[in-house]
Amino acid sequence: MTQEKPDRLGVVTSGFLNKGVEVKLDSSVSVEDLAVGQYVTIEGQKQRFFGMITDIGLGVIDPQIPLSPPDTTDSFASEVMAGTTTYGILYVVPYLTIGGEVTSLLEGPQPVKTIPGHFSRVNLASERDIELVFGKEDKERFWVGNPLDMETKLCLNLEEMIKRSNGIFGKSGTGKTFLTRILLIGMLQQRQAVNLVFDMHSEYGWAGTSERGPAVKGLKQLFPDKVAVFTLDEESSRRRKVSTDFVVRIGYDEITPEDIAILRTTLNLTELAVEAAYQLRKSLGKNWLRQVVESSDEEIEDKLKDASIHESTFQSLKRGLGIIGRLGFVSKQAPEDAVKRILDCLTQGINVVLEFGRYREISAYLLVANMLSRRIYAHYQQQMERAIAEGDDAMKPTPLVITIEEAHRFLNPEVAGRTIFGTIAREMRKYNVTLLVIDQRPSGIDEEVMSQMGTKITCLLDNERDVDSVLAGVSGRSALKSVLARLAPKQQALVFGHAVPMPVAFQPREYGSAESYRYFTAGEAETVKQAEQDIEELWQ
Amino acid sequence: MNINEAQRVGEVIEASTTDFTAQCYELYQLPPLGSLVRTRDADVELYGIVYQATTTSFDPGRRPIARGKDEVSEEAIYQANPQLAKLLKSEFSTLVVGHRSDGGLHHYLPPQPARIHGFVYLCPPDEVREFSQSFSFLDILVNARLPVATDELIAATLRRMSGVHEDRRRFLVAAGKELAILFSQDFNQFRAVLERIRA
Repeated sequence: MTQEKPDRLGVVTSGFLNKGVEVKLDSSVSVEDLAVGQYVTIEGQKQRFFGMITDIGLGVIDPQIPLSPPDTTDSFASEVMAGTTTYGILYVVPYLTIGGEVTSLLEGPQPVKTIPGHFSRVNLASERDIELVFGKEDKERFWVGNPLDMETKLCLNLEEMIKRSNGIFGKSGTGKTFLTRILLIGMLQQRQAVNLVFDMHSEYGWAGTSERGPAVKGLKQLFPDKVAVFTLDEESSRRRKVSTDFVVRIGYDEITPEDIAILRTTLNLTELAVEAAYQLRKSLGKNWLRQVVESSDEEIEDKLKDASIHESTFQSLKRGLGIIGRLGFVSKQAPEDAVKRILDCLTQGINVVLEFGRYREISAYLLVANMLSRRIYAHYQQQMERAIAEGDDAMKPTPLVITIEEAHRFLNPEVAGRTIFGTIAREMRKYNVTLLVIDQRPSGIDEEVMSQMGTKITCLLDNERDVDSVLAGVSGRSALKSVLARLAPKQQALVFGHAVPMPVAFQPREYGSAESYRYFTAGEAETVKQAEQDIEELWQ
Repeated sequence: MNINEAQRVGEVIEASTTDFTAQCYELYQLPPLGSLVRTRDADVELYGIVYQATTTSFDPGRRPIARGKDEVSEEAIYQANPQLAKLLKSEFSTLVVGHRSDGGLHHYLPPQPARIHGFVYLCPPDEVREFSQSFSFLDILVNARLPVATDELIAATLRRMSGVHEDRRRFLVAAGKELAILFSQDFNQFRAVLERIRA
């Protein structure tokens, strides 16, 4: 493929596949015009390579030059020396081959298995190259933003993305929520999956806050037919003038010892107290929690003796369970089964956002998210197994993506084995349920869970351990590290994994203006129109 | 005289593959240091760069003596002693830096040295411009062993050549870049040349 006017940067002078290649810049190119994270193409003899600038340096041909630098006021000397005795160096990691080879011509960009030869020409990637790599917006690809400093659209392959669990990471205030909202809209638009969002800060359902100005629209406002807002806190929802579809109440009998187990550290329970919860469930039956919280000590004493639970252990457990009992949405008996209502919605293809309202404490979030997800997952599992047994693909449930915030609380090494989220993250798409994990402390998440994530999107992280855990197992890690460390503190992110052919730093698309809303819902209007047209054709 | 007409400055009196020496027809009518001159050997035109010029007595055994004690000006000495112009000679040496044969200009040594008694012309601006389109001849200058300092000669050559180019600075920057590579092992010498051609 030929380009009309390639911006030539320089030539490859040395390198390794592992570490990337070194490029000597032409004298006409200033290092100041380039940036880490920009894309380049390298014209090898047989293949064209697509890579990313991961580092920029300065070189001299004579070690004496730095010792006696020329007069800086002498522009002539600096002009002569630029690109000859002193020159710029680029470090480029080739990621893909585009064109040239038969497979990459037929199947699009392929991962690199070699590097370009000596003195291969390096050009700045053209918009066309980038489009070739990151694809155009279509049924499967969703425009999520623009690669840094570029006009081209960066499109994620959502179909590929929802097959696995994914993560969005970044320090507080770096734009995780905005990104998540855009991704959720993408999934809604493309109808690839239904979503269940555990919305801790009530940001996604009706309206979200924006640091820049007025509140931005939530999912329900954009897609009223496709989103149901559930709430745990009716009052808060009413105060915020959110029209909710269902108020979730949780009965004592719905809470199991497993739910208590993951709250161990939050409720400050001992291991023994958790163990006691299992025993009590066994001896007291389904209503164990209510009995523990409500019955007096004397009443339960006998049972304790039978189960050989120590008095102090019991008191510890009772105190912990008391905290749960005092949560406003927990009642003796739930008026209606929340899980059933959620499943009803999901089966109809309606996305569910569960707002927590004032219950922002982590114990409430952990309890509800884990409990509901566990039962929903069980349902999906049954349905999937039935579909497999019958050999009927149509019976398979629509893929479900569960969005959780503060993920390290569910997925830390201590509880990841016990929470349903640990299971979902590991078992991946077997049962058509995957996670969208949002977190600010990725280092707190179990390594095994991290390693199973398909696509990771990360905003700025500056803790060394967090950075390491996000990038663990990615090829060209050290190079990506330097890109990640240089992201702007806001509205810039790095994405890598299954949904994109190569890691890319990007700026999420605009969200919050009337125009952006129109664009996000444009696809929707088209599908409606298409459906109407189809129906009309049917009658003709 | 037309500015683009080659001016005859002398005649070859000594020649080798790498250089030739010419004698001027008139005393002191020497081409300047670093200027591009041309002579011919049959079909081949040789180009040289003037690297040295001398004015000496014809008879090596008879050195000139001081004569101006009672004269009021230097000019008066020559007027009072008209024989001096016949007893002294001006010569210049050039380094062969290229040739033109079969219609093409080459910036490397010709197959044959210059011929004795070949006429030597000072190249006019057009020819200098054509010759200095390529800097390959700098390599010959850098590597020549000459009685004058190489950096002096290179600087003088480039200064003269730059005069015939419209964008003088651009020419010198381009030449400087070529030198940067040739002098990659000797930064100090490179700097010395740069100092001398500073635009």
